Order: sequence, then C-alpha cells, then structure tokens
Amino acid sequence: MRFWRKVIAITWKDALSEMRTKEIVFSVLVFTLLVIVIFNFAFGATQETMALVAPGILWVTFAFAGVLSLNRSFILEKEEGCLEGLMVCPISREVIYVGKMLGSLLFMLIIEAIALPIFAFLFNLVLSLQLVVITVLATVGFVAVGTLFSALAVNTRAREMVLPILFLPIVVPIIICAVKASGLALSGEPWSGLSSWLQIIGAFDAIFLVVSFLVFAFVIEE
Amino acid sequence: MKENHIFRIGLGGLSFILFVGALYLVFLYVPTEETMGIVQRIFYFHVPVAWVAFLAFFIVFLGSILYLWKRDSKWDVIANSSAEVGVVFTTLVLITGSIWAKPIWGVWWTWEPRLTTALVLWLIYIAYLIVRSFATDEQRGARFAAVVAIVGFIDVPIVALAITLWRTQHPGPIIFQGGLTPPMLLTLIVCVAAFTTLYSLLLIQRVSMKNDEIEISRLQELSS
Repeated sequence: MRFWRKVIAITWKDALSEMRTKEIVFSVLVFTLLVIVIFNFAFGATQETMALVAPGILWVTFAFAGVLSLNRSFILEKEEGCLEGLMVCPISREVIYVGKMLGSLLFMLIIEAIALPIFAFLFNLVLSLQLVVITVLATVGFVAVGTLFSALAVNTRAREMVLPILFLPIVVPIIICAVKASGLALSGEPWSGLSSWLQIIGAFDAIFLVVSFLVFAFVIEE
Repeated sequence: MKENHIFRIGLGGLSFILFVGALYLVFLYVPTEETMGIVQRIFYFHVPVAWVAFLAFFIVFLGSILYLWKRDSKWDVIANSSAEVGVVFTTLVLITGSIWAKPIWGVWWTWEPRLTTALVLWLIYIAYLIVRSFATDEQRGARFAAVVAIVGFIDVPIVALAITLWRTQHPGPIIFQGGLTPPMLLTLIVCVAAFTTLYSLLLIQRVSMKNDEIEISRLQELSS
C-alpha cells in the first residue's frame, strides 16, 4: 500500500509541526471555550433554556472552530512555501488531499475531545457514547469538504474570508443533523431514534469524501 | 454572426408573445382558486421562476464539469452566465414566495423545507460568484468556481433531505396529485414555457456579452 504510506507521511509531517508549535490545537481550543462562554451570556443560564439551546451552541462552536483550524491548515503551507514543495513531490494530488484531511481530522478530534467534557461540565450535561459517535461522524464531514475549500481559499485574495463563505452553506445538512441528533442524545433517546439523522451525516461523509478526492487536483494544480 | 443575431431577435419575440399570453391567462382566463383567493395567482409566477432557477443551476453544474474536463473557456462562460441568471431567479423565488406566504401563512418567512432549501441554494451560488471575484486570475477563478459549483449542486439534495426531516409542515406538492384543474395546468405550462424562453434569451445574451468582454481585454493586451 504505497498510497497509504505517502498519506501517513504527510499526516505525520502535520502532526509533528503541530506538536512543536501547538499553534492550531491550542488557539482553536481557547477560541472554542470563548465561544461557549459567550453563548452562555447570550442565552442566560437557567437549566431549562440550556437543555434547549445546548446542542445548537455545541455545533455552532464546532463549525466555527472547524473554519478556524481548516484555514490554518493550508495557510501554514502557503506562507512557508511548503505547498510548492508538496506539489513537486512525486506523489499524486489525491495523496496530498487525504494526508491533509487526516491531519485536520486529527486536530479537530483532539480539540473536540477536550472541549466536549468542558462543555458538559459547564452546561451540566451528561456525555454519552451517542454524542461521541455524532461528533466523530460530523467532524469527518467537516474536514472532507473543509480541506478541499481550504486549499481553494488559500489561493484567493482575502483567503480567511473565502473559507467560511464556501464552507458554511455546504455543511448545512451536517449542522442540522448533528444539532438534532445531539439534542435527542442529550435527552436520552435510544439509538433507533437517532438513526435517520446519523444516516444523513454518514451519506454526506461518504459522498463528499469521494467528490473532494476527485476534484481536489483541480484546486491546487499549477 | 448575422444568423446568431436573427436567432436572438426571434427568441426575444417568442418570449414576448409567450409573456403576453401568460399575462392574459394568469389575469383574465384562469379561474380564481377557491381557498386562497386572488393571491394564489402568484403561483403561476412563483413556480416557473423556481423551475428556471433549478434549470440554471443544473446548467452551471454541467458547464463546470465540461470545463474541468475539456478546459475550454466556452463552458466556463456558459456556467458563469447561467449562475448569474440563476441567482437572480432564486432571489425572485424568495421574494415571490414571501409575498405569497404573508397572506396564506400569516408570516413573511417560515423555515419550511422548500423555502429553506432555496435560501441555502442562493447562498451557495452567491459563494460561487464571490470565489470567482476573489481569485487572483481568470483561469484560476474559473477552476475554483467550477469546483464550488460541482460540490454545491451535489449538496442540494442532501440539504433538501435534511431540512425536510427537520421541518415537516408544508403543503405537499399539489401539481403532481392532479390538484390542478385543466385551465390552471394550461396556464402553468404557458408560464413555464415563457420563463424558460426568457432564461434561454438571458443566457445567450450574457454569454455573448462575456465573450465580447474577453475579446476586448485580449485586444487591450495586444495594443498595450
């Protein structure tokens, strides 16, 4: 499996530079906490309102955190001229896509693994396996399209602006399903009640992993 | 060049005749709907406009695939022009939908599945136009926009599915259940034909304008 060895090399490169700088995970985590705290002020903190708005707050926060960390993913490559380096490597564009995608997925999952317990703690909620599954599935969808658009946005003017404008309307289905499913999970619904929402997220993930994989080469050629 | 000109005038004439016919049918011929009353006549405007918006975005999708495949800027010009027309028509869908919703549902806006899908669709194609204008050069903009169009179009059914599951309170699509009387159906068909002709005309005009723009900037480069 030469393909996967090359992919892992790119993901490892990202992980290594992240371990040295801690730039993405640390700053996005702080941002995530700030958003959660600010939402808390916006909605008041009674127990009933919290149960109602908590899933929404969670997913707005994760969507914004996703935009922030995905933006960094390619801006770092661009600033140091690494993207040119990657492109002259004897590897296909698809390898770059999968490698960068796995790197972003890893960072997002680390951020969420820390943010979720803090969120549950601050809002007095009970974490469940369901919520973890929803988060992982939705994050795969986020990074699948996010990596594609991040590579696109970095080559435009006003690049920090372009990613959210592209990313947010496309991930609307994920946000709807993740909010709904999280709400049900937090109110103790069994798995069967969540299945239709999880199926849509799963379908989104599968479709956009394939589509992004196929069109990624058009985004970073030249 | 000459033939093209005659064709466009012909298409313009056809569109004019169809619209006069459509206006006659909508305001004088078709009976007023029983429960909704006079306001229901906006239906004959709203539905064809929505149809044209979807058609326009489908053309954007096809044009984008062909552009990425063949690398002929002709396809990009078609996709771009169709996206502009599509955004205008989606805006009209949202406006006419709101005008219709106010007297019937009592609110200008409700997060009803088709309304919400139309809004998301509108946002995706606004992003399509923004990406193009933010690109550093023409070719790159064309490639980026094509990628956005492909991803965006594939996203639409998933958006519709998710929103439908999220909010189910809309009146079902009456058209396919035989809920329209023959005069209503006739009026609708004429209106759809009129708007589709108008779309073709706008698309052709916009494409030829864009081609002229490309030609002018090429000449400018030569002379400078």
